[in-house]
Amino acid sequence: MKQHHEGNLAIGDLQKDILKEVGNIGAGNAANALSQLIGKKITMNVPDVHLSAFNEIMELAGGTENVVASVFLTFSGDVSGTMFFVLPVFEATKFVQELVPEDFSFAEPPFSELAVSAYQEIGNIMAGSYLTALSDFLHLQITPSVPEVAIDMFGAIISFGLIEISRVADYALAIDAEIIVEDSKQVTETMRGHIFLLPSPDSLTRIFSQLGVQDV
Amino acid sequence: MKTAGTIIQVGIADMNIARAPDTLRTSGLGSCVGVVLYDLSQKQAGMAHIMLPDSSLARQKSLNRAKYADTAIPALIEMLEKAGSPYWKLKAKLAGGAQMFKAYGAGQLMRIGPRNVEAVKRHLHALEIPIVAADVGGNSGRTIQFNPETGELVIRTVNKGISVI
Repeated sequence: MKQHHEGNLAIGDLQKDILKEVGNIGAGNAANALSQLIGKKITMNVPDVHLSAFNEIMELAGGTENVVASVFLTFSGDVSGTMFFVLPVFEATKFVQELVPEDFSFAEPPFSELAVSAYQEIGNIMAGSYLTALSDFLHLQITPSVPEVAIDMFGAIISFGLIEISRVADYALAIDAEIIVEDSKQVTETMRGHIFLLPSPDSLTRIFSQLGVQDV
Repeated sequence: MKTAGTIIQVGIADMNIARAPDTLRTSGLGSCVGVVLYDLSQKQAGMAHIMLPDSSLARQKSLNRAKYADTAIPALIEMLEKAGSPYWKLKAKLAGGAQMFKAYGAGQLMRIGPRNVEAVKRHLHALEIPIVAADVGGNSGRTIQFNPETGELVIRTVNKGISVI
């Protein structure tokens, strides 16, 4: 079987559909967990699978310089990679205010320690439920790291997930699930966020072989 | 008549050169380092957005020279020499190399931001290119823009505003 560590991350339509389904299962479970946490309906679009140059990955979620609140973690085990939960700062503030009855904002420092740790915990629950669903689906062992919060430019954040991949390639594969938090009282005020999963190139081979699909 | 220059965007793991009135810009530097080599007499400069400290980390057949500190600096020098700036005229400014996440990075990628900065400084030193100014480290992302006319590097961060070095 061809390995994905010679700068070749190319995948076909079937492989792309499989990764969409992987994202669907993982992010769907994550959306349910977050929905239970804040007591609001959270829906999700069918995830996109981007196989894109680094510059294009940096432009996802509103662009390189878009200021976002993010939770970042790595995962290891049978498959490895990085994960990001990304919300624009005002939406992250609203999200956390559902849980922390304190007056704070992620739009300007200093950031409330309580709010940051609540956001970290939200990321922890999100990632845990995403990866548990993946682990069950793939019958593979996956262990997440302790998540960390950063509030900064999207490009400066997501580029951390590109560092390891950059040893192998000049483009990355990102499974991008957009989640939408609906407010039953104010229908117009929806919050949109992204969950990005960037599997390491070696892990793609493992995922496909586990599902009985050949690499392209 | 003086015309406003074009802003030349330098992407991640990318490099380019520009002559005044054009300026060079790269955005969203996290652990990456933006290095600028410039020649004020010719009013021209080159910029690279470096991701990794050394090309020995590569597991790739074809090497993108702009990605690594040890290959990007010589590549920029070549581009500038072809454009009429001998390397002994060049000076350097750099920014970036933040530690966006504290715990992240195991093995070869541990402390990648500071290591990128160290590598860039080491290679510039070996080539005897003076580092005129640097804004490196910390834990904030940066967007930088360089003006080859004045030699000024403008640095924007989300939480600390704009500074000029």
